[in-house]
Amino acid sequence: MTEGSLVTDKVTSLIGQVSPPAILQVEAGAITRYADAIDDPNPLYRDVEHARKSRYGEITCPPGFFGWPIKGGGLEAGELMGKVLGAVFESGLMRVLDGGVDFDFYLPVRAGDTLVVYGKFVDAREREGRSGKMLFLTLEQTYLNQNGDMVAKARNTLICS
Amino acid sequence: MAKKQLYYEDVEVGSEVTPLAKVATTQMLVKWAGGSGDFNPLHYEDSFAASMMVGSPIVHGALKRAWLGHLMTDWIGEEGTLKKLSCQYRAMDYPRKMKTMTEPHEGDTWWCKGTVTGKRVEDGEHIVECNIWVENVKGEKTTPGSAVVVLPSKKRGR
Repeated sequence: MTEGSLVTDKVTSLIGQVSPPAILQVEAGAITRYADAIDDPNPLYRDVEHARKSRYGEITCPPGFFGWPIKGGGLEAGELMGKVLGAVFESGLMRVLDGGVDFDFYLPVRAGDTLVVYGKFVDAREREGRSGKMLFLTLEQTYLNQNGDMVAKARNTLICS
Repeated sequence: MAKKQLYYEDVEVGSEVTPLAKVATTQMLVKWAGGSGDFNPLHYEDSFAASMMVGSPIVHGALKRAWLGHLMTDWIGEEGTLKKLSCQYRAMDYPRKMKTMTEPHEGDTWWCKGTVTGKRVEDGEHIVECNIWVENVKGEKTTPGSAVVVLPSKKRGR
């Protein structure tokens, strides 16, 4: 189905591109719904009184709440992701699967915070898989809070085949 | 929760992270889609999932990642801090279907597990490293990963 390298010139030309910043309002209700979805009854995600007495002082986020895919820094819906996947599909690939993630958490994120998210297309590599050639894309999101402090980084791998 | 706080001195290399059971259901996948904003039809549309060569709708990788986050935050308690969480989605998992509005059919249960692989004090922080994974009913690690946490110490002044 696919001849030649999957890392086409078009894909290569997009490596290093950064998405426009996306703003993410961290809302208590959204945190609780997220925790409900994974059956996590932790009161830090739902009980304001409990959370205010905790060392966080406010409803806080489960790890990865603000990460992929909830707000991919404009990546999943934004122009950058569209451009990257557009270039990938041009080389005959059809399927995109989430391969995994690495999170670094630097500071707590609380309900009421406003985050700015930057997405970056970091890398594209070809590998030989069981069912032929696959393309591994690496995307990185950097999250800053309203004080300008970096709160987290996420590095995602997408596997295209 | 009212769980006993875990301290740095409580764990050694080889210690087990308290296992956490999870049941993926079609209902959980719907809730996750809404909660996470991932509306990829791979996770709810039979024909689309078939055309993507995964058979039927699969459990979101990021949902399994969130389970592993829950595993770690339950284990380290409110005074522990999760610094790093990584995982790879190595194999597909398929949710149980719902029997009633609230009850799934009988079927698979997944276990989130982990073991301590290292501990050290660095810049006054009591750091513990773990291997973690989601295990399917056959005992296969469909979602292996790792985590780094900071635990409180029983020694004063950290």
